[in-house]
Amino acid sequence: MRYLPLTEADRRSMLAAIRASTVDDLFRDVPKAARLSGPIEGLPNHMGELEVERSLSAMAGRNLPAGSVPSFLGAGSYRHHIPATVDHLVQRGEFLTAYTPYQPEVSQGTLQVLFEFQTQVSLLTGMDVANASMYDGATACAEAVMMANRVTRRKKAILSGGLHPHYRDTTTTDARFIGFETVVMPAAPTGGEDLLSQVDGDTSCVVVQNPDVFGHVRDYTELGKACQAKGVLLIVVVTEAVSLGLLTPPGEMGADIVAAEGQSLGNALNFGGPYVGLFAVKEKLVRQMPGRLCGQTVDADGRRGFVLTLSTREQHIRREKATSNICTNAGLCALAFSIHLSLLGEEGFTQLARLNHAKAVQLADKLGAVKGVEIVNDSFFNEFTVKLPKPAAEVVERLAERRILAGVPASRLFAGELEDLLIVAATETNTESDMDAFAKALAEVLS
Amino acid sequence: MTIKYTKDHEWVRVEGDVGTVGVSDHAQHQLGDVVFVELPDVGRALQQGKEAAVVESVKAASDVYAPVSGEVVEVNHELENEPARVNTGAETDGWFFKLRLTNPAELDGLMDEAAYKAFVEGQA
Amino acid sequence: MSMNNQGRPTDIRSASNSAVPDTVTGNRGLQIEEPLIFEQDASGRCGVDLPEMPAVASRLGAVKPRAKVGLPGLAEPQVVRHYTRLSQKNYAIDSGLYPLGSCTMKHNPRLNEKMARLPGFSDVHPLQPESTVQGALELMAELGRWLTTLTGMAAVTLAPAAGAHGEMCGIMAIRSAHEAKGDTGRTKILVPESAHGTNPATAAACGYSVEAIPATEDGRVDLEALKAKLGPDVAGLMLTNPNTCGLFERDIITIAEAVHAAGAYFYCDGANFNAIVGRVRPADLGIDVMHINLHKTFSTPHGGGGPGSGPVVFAESLAPFVPVPYVVQEKDGSFRLVEQAGDGPAFGRMKAFHGQMGMFVRALSYMMSHGADGLRQVANDAVLNANYVLASLKDVMTPSFDGPCMHECLFDDRFLKGTGVTTLDIAKALIDEGFHPMTMYFPLVVHGALLIEPTETESKAGLDQFVTALRALAERAKSGDAEYFQAAPRLTPRRRLDETAAARKPVLRWTPEAAVEKVAAE
Ligand SMILES: Cc1ncc(COP(=O)(O)O)c(C=O)c1O
Repeated sequence: MRYLPLTEADRRSMLAAIRASTVDDLFRDVPKAARLSGPIEGLPNHMGELEVERSLSAMAGRNLPAGSVPSFLGAGSYRHHIPATVDHLVQRGEFLTAYTPYQPEVSQGTLQVLFEFQTQVSLLTGMDVANASMYDGATACAEAVMMANRVTRRKKAILSGGLHPHYRDTTTTDARFIGFETVVMPAAPTGGEDLLSQVDGDTSCVVVQNPDVFGHVRDYTELGKACQAKGVLLIVVVTEAVSLGLLTPPGEMGADIVAAEGQSLGNALNFGGPYVGLFAVKEKLVRQMPGRLCGQTVDADGRRGFVLTLSTREQHIRREKATSNICTNAGLCALAFSIHLSLLGEEGFTQLARLNHAKAVQLADKLGAVKGVEIVNDSFFNEFTVKLPKPAAEVVERLAERRILAGVPASRLFAGELEDLLIVAATETNTESDMDAFAKALAEVLS
Repeated sequence: MTIKYTKDHEWVRVEGDVGTVGVSDHAQHQLGDVVFVELPDVGRALQQGKEAAVVESVKAASDVYAPVSGEVVEVNHELENEPARVNTGAETDGWFFKLRLTNPAELDGLMDEAAYKAFVEGQA
Repeated sequence: MSMNNQGRPTDIRSASNSAVPDTVTGNRGLQIEEPLIFEQDASGRCGVDLPEMPAVASRLGAVKPRAKVGLPGLAEPQVVRHYTRLSQKNYAIDSGLYPLGSCTMKHNPRLNEKMARLPGFSDVHPLQPESTVQGALELMAELGRWLTTLTGMAAVTLAPAAGAHGEMCGIMAIRSAHEAKGDTGRTKILVPESAHGTNPATAAACGYSVEAIPATEDGRVDLEALKAKLGPDVAGLMLTNPNTCGLFERDIITIAEAVHAAGAYFYCDGANFNAIVGRVRPADLGIDVMHINLHKTFSTPHGGGGPGSGPVVFAESLAPFVPVPYVVQEKDGSFRLVEQAGDGPAFGRMKAFHGQMGMFVRALSYMMSHGADGLRQVANDAVLNANYVLASLKDVMTPSFDGPCMHECLFDDRFLKGTGVTTLDIAKALIDEGFHPMTMYFPLVVHGALLIEPTETESKAGLDQFVTALRALAERAKSGDAEYFQAAPRLTPRRRLDETAAARKPVLRWTPEAAVEKVAAE
């Protein structure tokens, strides 16, 4: 077995040192009834690299990679170009195979990355402080709601109908088991919604998404002010981090907490994970935050260094009184996010955002010209909704047969409802000829 | 003016019907460097033996219990900016809060300075 | 007040000056000082060249475009150098022994990285039509089959993103099962004192009150104390096995029977599955539900703290409550994803999309590489290595419990009594010797814990060197050289860091103002 360095001779001499005759002796505390005498049945024995590679490559071959065809899927997961440098650096063993930086003297690399990551997330969201990451955007959203409940000592969250249904469901799952109330607004693919009328004395927070799941972009400044007046926290969810390079950031709109998905930067589609949850708050809420935080300090020689800090919020110290049970987070995905953003810098990031928007406008113009297709949105960033004369899921299937990944049918997210709506995204990776091919194939399928 | 201690290492010094509360110098030593103190809101009614405040060092968060029942009338805001006062003056300017006693008889169940000293030595 | 039970020094007052000579640059050979990325900004510089912008009119509606983000501009070579230099300030499994107890820091095979990056896995969107992702769904089904076979369990969910998330999933399933029976009087979860912090945090987050179960003299759950606490108000027991002291819970079958007799469920924290994988099936121990950390037992890398993946396996008793989404295979052999809970007993969802696919590929690649025979050998060698370390150190350090241990061995700080040296000091001195320290001050049931988990991917020669270093340090401590320890580490990019200052006046991000102040001060 290529991963096991002990030789038979090593094993014998080690057993002798322990004064055990066989390795089975070391398992003597296992109840007899539960001891297996040999390898578990039903699984193959070990394989060489070549065989594993062959077998997994065959499985991979039974999928259609998004990059091999014109692809327009979004809805919380976006295909962007990731510079080669990102993966090269992430795969440096010193990053890839380190652990949580509990021993700061031998983890300054990871810690400085986290400090920079926290700063980048704060800048993008327009917030004061960000943590060192959550599992993903959806769990960040649920944690934001629970944090708002703690801060306000109230127990009711109002969830916008524009919130990604996976984020909504992640939050309502927690609500059911943890015991708080959620008011879920109906999906509003075309218009606005009156969130404020739902707010009462028990309301801890209002959760909105920008751009929302249908792609609409909104200014939530007025909502923020109204929430503040009622002592209700405004939580802004962002599923497309690149949008923060062009849109007014949530912090400037009065968000108290921002829960976002950072996959768009540095992280591949990966069939849905691992991704990286971003979590940012106003300064005064920092002690109620979930997750790890890295802070700046000095070492014994007075030099600047970094440590994990404010840990008394966390499970390993506070146990049943912790602000969250999270331990392992999304470290490597946060690293990828951070490297990609460092490469982009101010100019690259803001340009990338403008480019995404321009591509989406271009696509909307082309699709809007197809007979029977109606663009639902009057505003969007890089994603919008179209209304089709046929069920979108069917159309998507037909287009997939023509090797075009057309978008996400709203019915897939909304449990079979909104059948005629298709959510379509464009990024810098889509060429004009991709778009033309999409429009042409769509016209054929609809005719 | 009497100072009384609890088995949980809080002290209370009573003047009239107002008691000043903090943690003992012994407790401060055990905690190590105090980095944060969370104080109760003024006006809150506290029950003897129930959680009243939190004191944190880097690696531990400890609840501070109310040594006697009463209503919080003042808190030591200085601790919010300078938590180190708990280390340097646990039983003086590192006090946590003042409360108006609702049941002064509870004081009888607490230890005086000598008894507390003996109690701490007995624990070691 | 409740007392600090994990007190340890966090200040740096005792560390005297470093013996290493100053250099002009502050660099020390291969250790190069690296400023923050924000301190290397030059406006207009950029590390990417983007495609041309189509000329179109903006469709942002009422939202104003933002004026500025505030990110620094660097060119690609600077970025490469920045992260390369930072990486060189990290200790990693690739560089040496990383014996963090409870964390299972084993070798991360690169084949797994290669497999996860096949475009057929990495470049697939989670919401593509099912007809275009049959291979991905098959991989999930196959991973699930390996996990249920290895554990003997009836069902599995791959959704949870890490161990703690898996715990949440398991406790939610337990609550669902009680609710389905109309049994709403169960308000408590029992958790041993030695448990990892995520266990009580999870139980409390799910609305249960947590009752601690004490340990016996030999480091196991006190069966009598447990039985005394079981009753109609107990929803379940959360037990780690092998436990966090590195010991197998001998009475586990009796424990399971007692828990079931009381109408409660048995949750097992499977973080330590590495010790028994391929040798013991948790189902045979009476466990109802258990999470598995793919990032521990099955070697998926989680550098800097993540990502993880925490699949949960369920016995028949809880199988109906497995949350969405999950994969089913149709009669025609095709795979389908069930994404909506509907009106059935399943709950969910717990996160966006279908789980940590990138980790699934790596874990399956790891499992296939080992096979049934190799995984059994993993457990054997992991346990052998830990017992070898225990046997090699027991005369100079103080083992907390008699062996044999499982995959990790636990010492406490009795051997340091009267020396002025603490567990923390030993850890820092080990750093100077070129080793990552063991887990310190966990579990909480012994004083000044040192928990060593070598894993199966260490050679005997590597362990011998570690043992030699640790023996020498233990003897040096006993010989009264406390100052040496208090000044350690000396040879690292940074020496002891002032955690007290960091917590008293938190600086959690770089700000332009801070940069201005820094320049003014210099
Ligand atoms: C015993 C034990 N339980 C639970 C966990 C939590 O797992 P995770 O960090 O994946 O959430 C850990 C790991 O840190 C652990 O060691």
